[in-house]
Amino acid sequence: MKFGVIVFPGSNCDQDCFNVVKDVLKQPVEYIWHADTKLDHFDCLMLPGGFSYGDYLRTGAIARFSPIMDSVKKFSEKGRGLIIGICNGFQILTEAGLLPGALQRNKDLRFICKPVELKVQNHKTKFTKKCKPGQILNIPIAHGEGNYTCDEKTLRELKKNKQIVFTYHKENPNGSMASIAGIINKKGNVLGLMPHPERASEAVLGSEDGLFILRSILSSRK
Amino acid sequence: MAKVKIYVTHKKGILDPQGKTVETALKSLGYKNVSDVHIGKYIELEIEGRDVKQQVKEMCEKLLSNPIIEQYRFEVET
Repeated sequence: MKFGVIVFPGSNCDQDCFNVVKDVLKQPVEYIWHADTKLDHFDCLMLPGGFSYGDYLRTGAIARFSPIMDSVKKFSEKGRGLIIGICNGFQILTEAGLLPGALQRNKDLRFICKPVELKVQNHKTKFTKKCKPGQILNIPIAHGEGNYTCDEKTLRELKKNKQIVFTYHKENPNGSMASIAGIINKKGNVLGLMPHPERASEAVLGSEDGLFILRSILSSRK
Repeated sequence: MAKVKIYVTHKKGILDPQGKTVETALKSLGYKNVSDVHIGKYIELEIEGRDVKQQVKEMCEKLLSNPIIEQYRFEVET
């Protein structure tokens, strides 16, 4: 399975994603510069965390107009491969309209960097099929703008279509509506989440729970 | 050449974490009569040509505001 890690100016988790795919999943992986446009030979695109364009104006607001994003949109429409947006990647996907809602400033305004417990709300997606129903995953968050917000109608639809994939368990760290930590699009091929599975995929880092997500992606192609 | 002043604020009903925090701070300074504090963005730009209002509206909807959580208004000075 061929992975591509999209690098925007200001991305800073691109190397972590690359490393996990190459050294832990043992899969071929390439960096894709944000000014490129060719994506046809990839099976999974990763939009990594970071501070694309300095988070100026709003997080992800400028990155969504990078040349690569038109190709990402087409890639999602074709439905051949998967797209996962992590942290800033999630913010970019919402700004680009590939996922509904918006991520705004954390409720208490603080940048929060710590391990959290996530509850798998939908284990039947291509990104969670290796998880058990309701499984709790220990994965870190690191963000200042992770407060998921949408209108009531969108929230009803997310619930109805089982698009809420992960919620924060017990404690809601950032004020997200319905404790949302990660959502999927209707078609089921685009996932966005604030926690960082790539930072929890090797025992030496304190948790390997991120691998439930990454290995689910891998198994979806078999 | 027209000068445009754009104000982007949180939509009504959307939680404004910065506004709430500043409101609490103002109250703790003794301004108990303060309420409904909101923090937004102020953007200035200069623009040439016709259809200025239409173009600025487009800019606000495409980039300068996020219609899911924000609203905007602007003034054009010629």
